[in-house]
Amino acid sequence: MTERLKIEHLYKVFSERPARALDMLRGGATKADVLRETGQAVGLDDVSLSVPAGAMYMIMGLSGSGKSTLARCVNRLNEPSAGRILLDETDLCSLDEAALREVRRNRISMVFQHFALLPNRRVIDNVEFGLKLRGVGAAARRQRAEQVLDVVGLARWAGKLPHELSGGMRQRVGLARALATDADILIMDEAFSALDPLIRAEMQDELLRLQRTLHKTILFITHDFQEALKLGTRIAIMSEGRLVREGTPQSIVLEPGNDYVAAFTREVDRARLFNAASSMTALVPLVAGERWTVLGAAGEDTGPAFVVDTDAHVLGTLDGAQLGAQLGALRAGGALPELDRRFACVPGHARLIDAAAHFGAARAVGVIDESGRLIGRLEARQVLARIGAGGATGVRHV
Amino acid sequence: MFKADDLAILPVAQWIQTAVQWLALHLRPLFLAIKWPVQKLLEANIDGLHAVPFPLFVLVCAVIVWRVAGKAVAAFTLLGLLAIAMLGVWSDAMTTLGLIATAILFCALIGIPVGVACARSERVWRIVQPILDIMQTTPTFVYLVPVVMLFGVGTVPGEVAVVTAAMPPLIRFTNLGIRMVDHELVEAGLAFGASRRQLLWEVQLPLAVPTILGGLNQTVLTAMVMSVVVSMIGAEGLGLVVLQGLGRLDVGQAAIGGIAIVLLAMMLDRITQRLARAPRAGHGALRGALARLARGERPAPAADGVSHDPKEAL
Repeated sequence: MTERLKIEHLYKVFSERPARALDMLRGGATKADVLRETGQAVGLDDVSLSVPAGAMYMIMGLSGSGKSTLARCVNRLNEPSAGRILLDETDLCSLDEAALREVRRNRISMVFQHFALLPNRRVIDNVEFGLKLRGVGAAARRQRAEQVLDVVGLARWAGKLPHELSGGMRQRVGLARALATDADILIMDEAFSALDPLIRAEMQDELLRLQRTLHKTILFITHDFQEALKLGTRIAIMSEGRLVREGTPQSIVLEPGNDYVAAFTREVDRARLFNAASSMTALVPLVAGERWTVLGAAGEDTGPAFVVDTDAHVLGTLDGAQLGAQLGALRAGGALPELDRRFACVPGHARLIDAAAHFGAARAVGVIDESGRLIGRLEARQVLARIGAGGATGVRHV
Repeated sequence: MFKADDLAILPVAQWIQTAVQWLALHLRPLFLAIKWPVQKLLEANIDGLHAVPFPLFVLVCAVIVWRVAGKAVAAFTLLGLLAIAMLGVWSDAMTTLGLIATAILFCALIGIPVGVACARSERVWRIVQPILDIMQTTPTFVYLVPVVMLFGVGTVPGEVAVVTAAMPPLIRFTNLGIRMVDHELVEAGLAFGASRRQLLWEVQLPLAVPTILGGLNQTVLTAMVMSVVVSMIGAEGLGLVVLQGLGRLDVGQAAIGGIAIVLLAMMLDRITQRLARAPRAGHGALRGALARLARGERPAPAADGVSHDPKEAL
């Protein structure tokens, strides 16, 4: 995937004269050092990251970590002190006022935590806001606004004032306003944080649904790690103005890398986060006949072996206990013994919480791809290890 | 013994006298230029108000106030105007009203733009704020001295003093109203690419309207007070009625002037207060109120076909 947005060595010091603070930060000083020495607050300290086109990129951190500052630097509501922000090939930091306005009108839009709807304007006028600023004619922007309101399911509320709507609906209006300009980058600053838990979950699902058709590049700011895991294709974790961890949700949970991140990952429901393919044991051919192949784990302990046909579809399994003897007979040219049919197959993308249910009845659980071909074996031992926090695959320290 | 009077070595009174004389002598064209539009507009306003037949004026006033500020205030206005007429000071009241209406117009024309400039620039605000402080702490009485020196005596110089005294609250409230606009809303405007002008007209001013109208209310009341004080430099109106009453030790006449002033002040106060508190109709309070006035009905925004009937949407 192409990179839509690239942030290089971005610094933000809240000061008119940040030179000394920047020197200190580049010399390895922390946010606290700079505050003590110069009295200046550091927002961002050498942040570099790149956002692929079409990504739902989560910037996660607690309050004061610099996550909102980072997002506001992207559309320069906060003026970066040093560094570059590349939108495609353009450095946003170098734009003059007029060029910046064009970028804000056409390329980047934003959804706010407290909705930031104009209280004196109707829903439809709020949705038209960005288009009006851009100078789109009244009829064209009305048409577009109605279209977008329909997408977020608020067509019937067009004539209402914002205060007549519930929180969730107001944020739908905020979202519609951001979508109306057709910007390809969407900054969502704690967009769902002010909503009730149920409404928040609903909005998250709605956003995922919309994103499947819109393919926007979304920069989503949140302090909620669960939200980051649910929505994100990639997550960047901020602390003290620094980027402390960046990666896919799975890789971050598997390898927090430091205590700060580990504190978030400890409470994660791994059974919902990881899929069967991520936890399966790879299988190698042990014996092959003309129309079948026996697959088992490499090494001493082959475990229950799967017998597959020439299309790699599972025919059955061979029992683990007598497997050694059976394999010997097969290698000697014997016929296939009777196969154990008490097996189950789960698709590779199945979440572990769903796959785990099969261990009740099945002796062996295979993992298959979209066309039904066996790609690995799932073992209860590994599933348990993967969904448990800490230990071999989880948090490093306890 | 060393006395306080021994310290009185600063001839400030003389300095100021010299300065004002110099101004009056050398900048006379400037003051005439300031005076000219005030005079023209004031005369037009006062003549206009006097020309309207009494019953028609009362009726039109009551209807307008009813549309803009509701039944109760309209009833009060109706009774108040009738009472003023019954006191026999109708003509003076119209002069005072003309004085105030003209002052409001000038205050709005100058005060709101200055307030906007203050809100948008720290530097401007740092300069204007102390000036406002001085203007508002100076007793209204004291305004009269330089005004007489520079503009002479009569109703028009009086009007200049009224405008000067009544302007500060409007500047302050306009500045405050714009600065108080929710920061997130300003950010939203910027994030969607608003220019400074668009930000002002699309976001800040509409949301500051209730506060600005609050300032207008203060301006009206200050103008009312000042319109009485300027009777001392020869301005006509209800103030003059009081002043003449006092001069002749005619307590009755002075009291009549006072009652009429109070009635007029209360009417103007109630009307402007109601304007400031008007419900958030489609496009800000003032426009909402004016729109209601134009349509003659309850707030129902949207002149275009998209609006929904509340019942239908529910």
